[in-house]
Amino acid sequence: MKHPNFVLWLMAILVYAFLYIPLIVVVVYSFNDSRLNAEWVGFTLDWYGKLFRNEEMLIAARNSLIIAVSASVLATTLGTMAGLAIHRYRLKVLPILAFTPVAMPEILLGVSLLLFFLQVLNMTLGLVSVIIAHTTFSIGFVAIVVRARLQGMDESIFEAARDLGATPWQTFRLVTLPLIMPAIIAGALMSFTLSIDDFVITFFTKGVGEPILPIQIYTMIKIAVTPEVNAVSTLLMLLTLALVMLATRFDKTILHGR
Amino acid sequence: MSLLELRNLTRRFDDFVAVDDISLTIVKGEFFTLLGPSGCGKTTLLRMIAGFDTPDSGQILLDGNDITQLAPEKRPIHTVFQSYALFPHMTVAQNIAFPLQMARVAPAEITGRVSRAIEEVRLSAFAQRYPHELSGGQKQRVALARGLINRPRLLLLDEPLGALDAKLREDLQRELINLQKEVGITFIFVTHSQDEALALSQRVAVMNKGRVEQLDEPSIIYSRPASRFVADFIGKINLLDAQVTQLTEASMKLQVASLGMITLPAIKGVAMGDRGVIAIRPEQISVRNTTEPLETIYSFAGKVLDFLYVGDVTTYVIELTNGARMEALLANATPGVARFFEVGDTVTVTWPEAAVQFMKD
Repeated sequence: MKHPNFVLWLMAILVYAFLYIPLIVVVVYSFNDSRLNAEWVGFTLDWYGKLFRNEEMLIAARNSLIIAVSASVLATTLGTMAGLAIHRYRLKVLPILAFTPVAMPEILLGVSLLLFFLQVLNMTLGLVSVIIAHTTFSIGFVAIVVRARLQGMDESIFEAARDLGATPWQTFRLVTLPLIMPAIIAGALMSFTLSIDDFVITFFTKGVGEPILPIQIYTMIKIAVTPEVNAVSTLLMLLTLALVMLATRFDKTILHGR
Repeated sequence: MSLLELRNLTRRFDDFVAVDDISLTIVKGEFFTLLGPSGCGKTTLLRMIAGFDTPDSGQILLDGNDITQLAPEKRPIHTVFQSYALFPHMTVAQNIAFPLQMARVAPAEITGRVSRAIEEVRLSAFAQRYPHELSGGQKQRVALARGLINRPRLLLLDEPLGALDAKLREDLQRELINLQKEVGITFIFVTHSQDEALALSQRVAVMNKGRVEQLDEPSIIYSRPASRFVADFIGKINLLDAQVTQLTEASMKLQVASLGMITLPAIKGVAMGDRGVIAIRPEQISVRNTTEPLETIYSFAGKVLDFLYVGDVTTYVIELTNGARMEALLANATPGVARFFEVGDTVTVTWPEAAVQFMKD
């Protein structure tokens, strides 16, 4: 039994190394006291200081936060409603329609949203169009976690609430909502992370005016991969990691895949 | 005094008739049981009384008022669910307070009533615990306290003892009877367990295929089953095919395939040529050594085929000379003597005339 165990461990370590070494390199070089990503010179926090004095980067970060917060609030509200409807009405087509955007290639979603905004709505691209676009692809994620949570629950709890005198609204407010709250929070955090580092769909729907973080980073590396990019990437990574950890804490089903 | 009246209730699910034209009346203060195998319609009936389901036709009257279309929260009827359905995000105290809050009882009064209710079900030490920290029996007591706290007109219990082990179940049965007497609230209990139905109820409705086959006191259901289904479903019974071959004012003669001709007092509604079964309870059959003298007219020679010793009683399977098999239940009442007969023993099987009942199909 010892031997297969060892092989399994080795495989796991290799997979994780494959996933995380590139990220670690970025983090390490963000503290490197050199303009070049070639060799380790010495430790510095200069790049972070420089980053926080970069006006355009700060605006991009602010825009990204505005988009992520708005999109996750919208997607959480709509996604929760979708999750409840899918659970309640048990129509096969509902979950398929809600979950398809999750699996759809981003480039396809980006192009179709761009055409939709320009040709059908005839609107000017900007923060609003990006918010709508991000909301669209996040709804499915929220619906999935909310529905998973509901599926694990004893239906008679909701009947018991009605039975004991609660109206349908009271049942939702006092029983359903508190019980699915972990899934709602997890869904919101996931929407936020998906939004803040989305590139493809943002690229198609942002228009020309406002700088947005992932696009801004891309523009910077077109010239050269500067340690400044490493620094901003490290911060973004940290934020994402924190949010993912928070999300899994709220809803264990994300990790356990029930 | 009738509390609840069901009038010609019918409920269909596609082609399946779950509840088929049921009418019955439940009296105020009684412990009433709906008994039947799974799929007999008892749970559908309960759900319609609670308001989670609406009948396709028929009426439900509570205290003479039609409540057929009333929402569940508007009915003064509460349910104790099979899973107990305690709110997992609320403590024991919060669970029990819920119905009072919904009824807009003053907070100060709620506190007092809840703590008294918790005391009554002996859970004072657990008031601040969450349902997942309780045992099955404790959860059941919380569900009962929650269902009874604002004194509903009717409490529905959907197999609430089903998930518990045998020993605990017996204790809780006794508690349930006492509780019902104490609070004086009418209980409708749903179960597939005949033991539970007989032990708990004042009246039992035995259901099969969406209909009530028999509605009576437990002792009558057991001793005088109205149909082959009821006889077979309640307890163990020997059923032998029979046909009426002679009929007079006072008596009837039956041709029983495996026993020959037997005579019984005539019963109403039986005609010449009717087919059916005769039923004899295993505990009413006695098994003797062939050498003992006999005093009844029903005695048949047989051989012990098999026996099952379970401590208090032994069940013998006896094959009669013409091939029919009967089960006989003998109490192990003599100290130190575990069983009376061995496999292969030749015996005489007898029973009193009153033990035999004919049911036409």
